Amino acid sequence: MRELAEAFGLALRMIVTADPVVTEITLRTLAISASSTLIACLLFTPLACLLHFARFPGRGAVISFIQALYSMPTVLAGLLIFLLLSRTGPLGSLRLLFTSRAIVIAEVFLIAPVILGLVISALKGVAADATDTLRALGAGRLQVARVVLHEARFAVLSAFLMGFGRAISEGGAAMMVGGNIAGRTRTLTTAISLGIGKGEVAASIALGIVLMAFALLVSLLVHLTGLRRT
Amino acid sequence: MSSRLRFAAPWLGFFLFLAFAACGEQPAPVQSAEVPVDTVVAVEDTVTGYPPRERVERLLVATTTSLYDTGLWAYMEPMFEEQYGVELDILYAGTGKALEWGTRGDVDVVVVHDRAREEQFIADGIGLSRTPFAYNFFVIVGPPDDPAGIRGMAPEAAMTALHDAATWPFISRGDESGTHAQEQRLWTAAGLEYDSVRTSGDWYVEAAAGMGPTLNMADEMRGYALSDIATFLAYQGDVDLDILVGEGDAMRNVYAVIPLSTARDSVMADNMRAFLISPEVQELIGAYGVEAWGRQLFTPCAGQDF
Repeated sequence: MRELAEAFGLALRMIVTADPVVTEITLRTLAISASSTLIACLLFTPLACLLHFARFPGRGAVISFIQALYSMPTVLAGLLIFLLLSRTGPLGSLRLLFTSRAIVIAEVFLIAPVILGLVISALKGVAADATDTLRALGAGRLQVARVVLHEARFAVLSAFLMGFGRAISEGGAAMMVGGNIAGRTRTLTTAISLGIGKGEVAASIALGIVLMAFALLVSLLVHLTGLRRT
Repeated sequence: MSSRLRFAAPWLGFFLFLAFAACGEQPAPVQSAEVPVDTVVAVEDTVTGYPPRERVERLLVATTTSLYDTGLWAYMEPMFEEQYGVELDILYAGTGKALEWGTRGDVDVVVVHDRAREEQFIADGIGLSRTPFAYNFFVIVGPPDDPAGIRGMAPEAAMTALHDAATWPFISRGDESGTHAQEQRLWTAAGLEYDSVRTSGDWYVEAAAGMGPTLNMADEMRGYALSDIATFLAYQGDVDLDILVGEGDAMRNVYAVIPLSTARDSVMADNMRAFLISPEVQELIGAYGVEAWGRQLFTPCAGQDF
C-alpha cells in the first residue's frame, strides 16, 4: 500500500514538474505509436474495404485468419521484425535495427490485423440493404465504399483507437527491435520494464500511470466525438 | 462531403500532431520516426591513402545488464561521446544475448562477463580480442535466518548443502547470462552435474529472468540465489535477503570488452577498448558507486589476466 501511494505521489510530481526524462520518453512513445497507427490506418483501411466488398473463394477463411492474428504475441511480432531487420536478415542493409523506425515497423505489423479485422466488422455493421439500395440507384463501387465507410465512421474510428491502444501499450516488440536505448528508442513500456529490472518500483508505476493517463485521454476524446454527434 | 471533413479533420489533425509536432517540440533528445537516424558517411583517409573506410555516427555497444543497471554507462557515455565525436548507443542484455547480437553483426562492441564463452567467441572469429577492465564479486544471497545454514561457507560447500538438502528453493537465472554461467561453474566445482541438478526436484527454480526479477522471486519464495554484488546492492532495500556467501577467487566476476570483427567502424570499436582501460576511466570505475551505495562497486583491473 505504501509503495502504491509513493508511486502515485512520484507520478504526480513527475507530471506536474514535467520531468525532462519522462517528458522525452512520453513524447517519443506518442510519436512512435501515432506514426504506427497513422501508417497502419492509411495502408489497411482501403484493404479492409476491399476484403469487405470483394467476393472471392476463401474470403471467410482470410477474415478468420486476420481475426486470429489479433492475439499475435507482441514478442513474436518483435522477433519476426528483428530477424527481418538484423544485419544478416533480408532488410539488414537498411540498418534500421535498434532505431525508432524499427519500432514503428514492428507496431504497424502488430496492429495491422486489429485495424483490418475491426474495420471489416465496422463495415459489416452497416445494413446490407443500404448497399443494395445504393447499387440500385446506380452508385459505382467507389461511391458505395465511401458512403458505407462514412456510415460506419464511429466504429471505424474506434478500430483505429484500438490499434493506437495496442501500439502504445506493447513492450515486447519495442524492446526487441528498439533495444531500449536511452535518448533514442526508449518508450514508456520499455522504460517500465527496465525500472522493474533495476528495482525502481515507484518510478515504474509512475511511468505506467502516465501511459494510462494518455490511454484515458484518447478514449475520452472518442467518447466526446460520439456525444457531439448525437 | 463537408460533414465527412468536419468529422475526419480533427482526428487526422490529432494523429498528425502526435506524430510530428511531438518531435518538433524537443528536437534534440526526441528521435522522430521521420528523421534519418543512421546516416553513414564515407570518409577518405587522406593521411594513409587507404581506401575510404566507413565512419559511422553511432557506435552500438551491447553491455551486460548488471553493468547497465548500476548507472555506470550513463556516467561514461557522455565522456566517450565527447572524446571521440560519435553517438554511443548502449544496449543491455545478458551475456548470451549480447554475444548473439554480436554474432549477427547487429552491434559493434560487446561488454560481457563469461570468460569461457568470450574465448570461444574470439576463436570463432567474431570477437577480435578480449580485454578485462573491471571486476567485482558474485555472492550467494538468501533469507536472513538462513534455514539451510550456509552462512560463511565456501561457495562450493554452500551449493552442495543446498543441493543435498533439496528443501529450500534455489532460484537460478536460467537465461544463459554470465551469472547463470557462473552458477553452472559452481555446480561443477562442487562435483555435481549441472543437468542433473536442474532436474533434481522442485527446490531448483529456473526464473529465466534478469537479476532483479530473480532476486524478487528469491525474496517471495524465501529462497537462495546467486547474484552479482552490484545488482544486489541496488535491490537491498527492497528485498529481505542477506549476503551469506561472499567474495573469494572462485566468485570473481570479471567484465571484459570485446571489439567485433564485424564492426562497421573498427577504429571506433577499438576506441571503446582503449577508453575503458585508459587511466582516467579506470580511476573513475574504481570510484564509481561510493557515493550512491556507500562502497566501491567495481575494481579496475586493466592489464591483469583474469
